[in-house]
Amino acid sequence: MLASALYNYDDAGKIVVLLRDGRKLMGTLRFFDQFANAVLEGVCERVIVGEQYNDIPLGLYVIRGENVVLIGDLDTEREELPPHMVRVSETEIKRAQKVEREASELRGTMRKRMEFLDFD
Amino acid sequence: MLFFSYFKDLVGQEVTVELKNDLAIRGTLHSVDQYLNIKLENTRVVDQDKFPHMLSVRNCFIRGSVVRYVQLPPDGVDVDLLHDAARREARGG
Repeated sequence: MLASALYNYDDAGKIVVLLRDGRKLMGTLRFFDQFANAVLEGVCERVIVGEQYNDIPLGLYVIRGENVVLIGDLDTEREELPPHMVRVSETEIKRAQKVEREASELRGTMRKRMEFLDFD
Repeated sequence: MLFFSYFKDLVGQEVTVELKNDLAIRGTLHSVDQYLNIKLENTRVVDQDKFPHMLSVRNCFIRGSVVRYVQLPPDGVDVDLLHDAARREARGG
């Protein structure tokens, strides 16, 4: 009963793990338990900003289950990403991430200012 | 225990699981465990444009603690039966 609920697809398949902080890790699943603790081999983090993406290699990861949102197996016969997405360099994606982060922080502070003014 | 048994009876049905990060996934309920971890098959994401990384995911394991809602087909639920069971569980629990 428990085993059927556990992720038991074969090791050769590549999987994607979504974490609570929004990160997306891709790699080969080596270990998994009912708490969703996992060991991933050959991990890379897929960073997506708008239409741009980049895969950053990370190696071997042990993930504590409480951080896991979802574990999905990637169907090799299908496109991993929509065709309009563009792969860019690591420096470029980090720059794009910074811009996005600053934009959302700015939105956050403007909102706080509006709330302070207590508009009806 | 009640909802674990309840979900076990729903295996095979089409459900939509909405997560706390607002991701909503539609699929066939494959299995569930005591933590209400959910395994879905034949999945597709509701708002595909917002979550491009999920495009080729067809089967997934969802940790129970991140689920906000499990949307069920309205005729797939016997509400009165569930209501009675919940009342009994609350009394005896």
